[in-house]
Amino acid sequence: MTPFTYARATDAAEAIRLGDRPQAKYLGGGTNLVDLLRETLERPTALVDVTGLSSTIEERPDGGLLIGAAAKNTAVAEHRTVRTRYPVLSRAIVAGASAQIRNMATVGGNILQRTRCTYFYDNDGSRCNKRAPGQGCDAIDGFNRIHAILGASPACVATHPSDMCVALAALGAVVHLRSARGERTLPLTDLHRLPEDHPEVETMLEPGELITAIELPALSFAARSTYRKVRDRASYAFALISVAAALELEGGAVKDVRLALGGVAHKPWRAWKAEAALKGRPATVESFRAAALVELSDAKPLRDNGFKVELAVRTIAAVLGELMGENA
Amino acid sequence: MFITINGSKAPLPDDPRVSLLDLLREHLHLSGAKKGCDQGACGACTVLVDGNERILSCLALAVQYEGRSITSIEGLAADGALHPLQQAFIEHDGFQCGYCTPGQICSAIGMAEELQRGVPSQMTQDISKGTIAHTPDEIRERMSGNLCRCGAYNGIVAAITEHYTGAEK
Repeated sequence: MTPFTYARATDAAEAIRLGDRPQAKYLGGGTNLVDLLRETLERPTALVDVTGLSSTIEERPDGGLLIGAAAKNTAVAEHRTVRTRYPVLSRAIVAGASAQIRNMATVGGNILQRTRCTYFYDNDGSRCNKRAPGQGCDAIDGFNRIHAILGASPACVATHPSDMCVALAALGAVVHLRSARGERTLPLTDLHRLPEDHPEVETMLEPGELITAIELPALSFAARSTYRKVRDRASYAFALISVAAALELEGGAVKDVRLALGGVAHKPWRAWKAEAALKGRPATVESFRAAALVELSDAKPLRDNGFKVELAVRTIAAVLGELMGENA
Repeated sequence: MFITINGSKAPLPDDPRVSLLDLLREHLHLSGAKKGCDQGACGACTVLVDGNERILSCLALAVQYEGRSITSIEGLAADGALHPLQQAFIEHDGFQCGYCTPGQICSAIGMAEELQRGVPSQMTQDISKGTIAHTPDEIRERMSGNLCRCGAYNGIVAAITEHYTGAEK
């Protein structure tokens, strides 16, 4: 690690004051950032510890839920309202990492975690446009079994590793932000960027901007939601494909649906096209598969990850089928 | 700037780069928690915060735990007597080389508290309920952050099961 100063912020105003300078980084549970510091992939000169900021989970008058960005992943997954009204979020969180890491990791840090592309981490041996802009990408013609099939660019084919964010994307979560210039909100689906020509710029956050909370909108049919993760091991591995889904049925048809994918893109991938293709259609495996194919029609697989296309289609169909339950 | 380690106050390092694991091992000479991977992949460095919250000490900066109470494997045996879970690991052959064992035992203690609180896992069928049983599937999933390269997993699950449920297996 390169040297840095450490300060613990007691509230958001202090955090922003301390964090509003180049080379400062906000520190949550450290489960990703400490690793990146050790690999010198991150070289901040100042760390501002924001784990003492709001971690409350409170019900909103409109029926939604406001989650402080310092809430631990475990605290969100075990929260009674999350378990009963947004089960997809509980299930996505417990599909990620290990229990120890979920106890440490904050919601804000989970959102801002960086890719686990092995070429990004290979500081000495590989070229990476994310690590060294303009250098080139060794993943595109390398071992790219785990890489993106949607929304990638000639500059970067890395994926976003979060499970939690896939559920947040499906739920239409809104991110609350604060900086020296004031407060604003962004839909989670607009927070992360696609790589385009600048994969080193991963989010729409401005310098010094801090995530203060995540808002889950009231979504009554989210009680019928779930998350499925397909990976190389039964537990404690990043997703090859993951699917977050919520389903509302009416008279044998899809009244409303939410669908998001993990392991496929540089950001949590809301499957807008599949959702549009499903609404009003008969709730059958055939419709589910057809809608999944619409979403995946844009897929551009690489040498080693062509399997992800059919795996995504099948997983979407299976998860929606599971949500049908006894209506199947 | 103090941290409590196994009931005793210890000064925090001046350099904020020191991990909690290095504070334990290099500064305080408590070598129970192991530096297996030093990147959050193996669980050998697992310790408990404020009683029974399990964390990875390799990914924790020591300064972040100012004022908190840390328990490592050295803090579990009271007055020279093994913690009953340590005894159960011996009786069920919950290890061969023993390298991962301190992390396994701290992790199991944290896991038991999580089960009691009703924290769901991906093996939990109905996550709307508040209580979860110590089934072998739940234990295996919840202990998946602790690798054992000797492959003593069956003994580990048996030791944990017996300690927390009284069942022989």
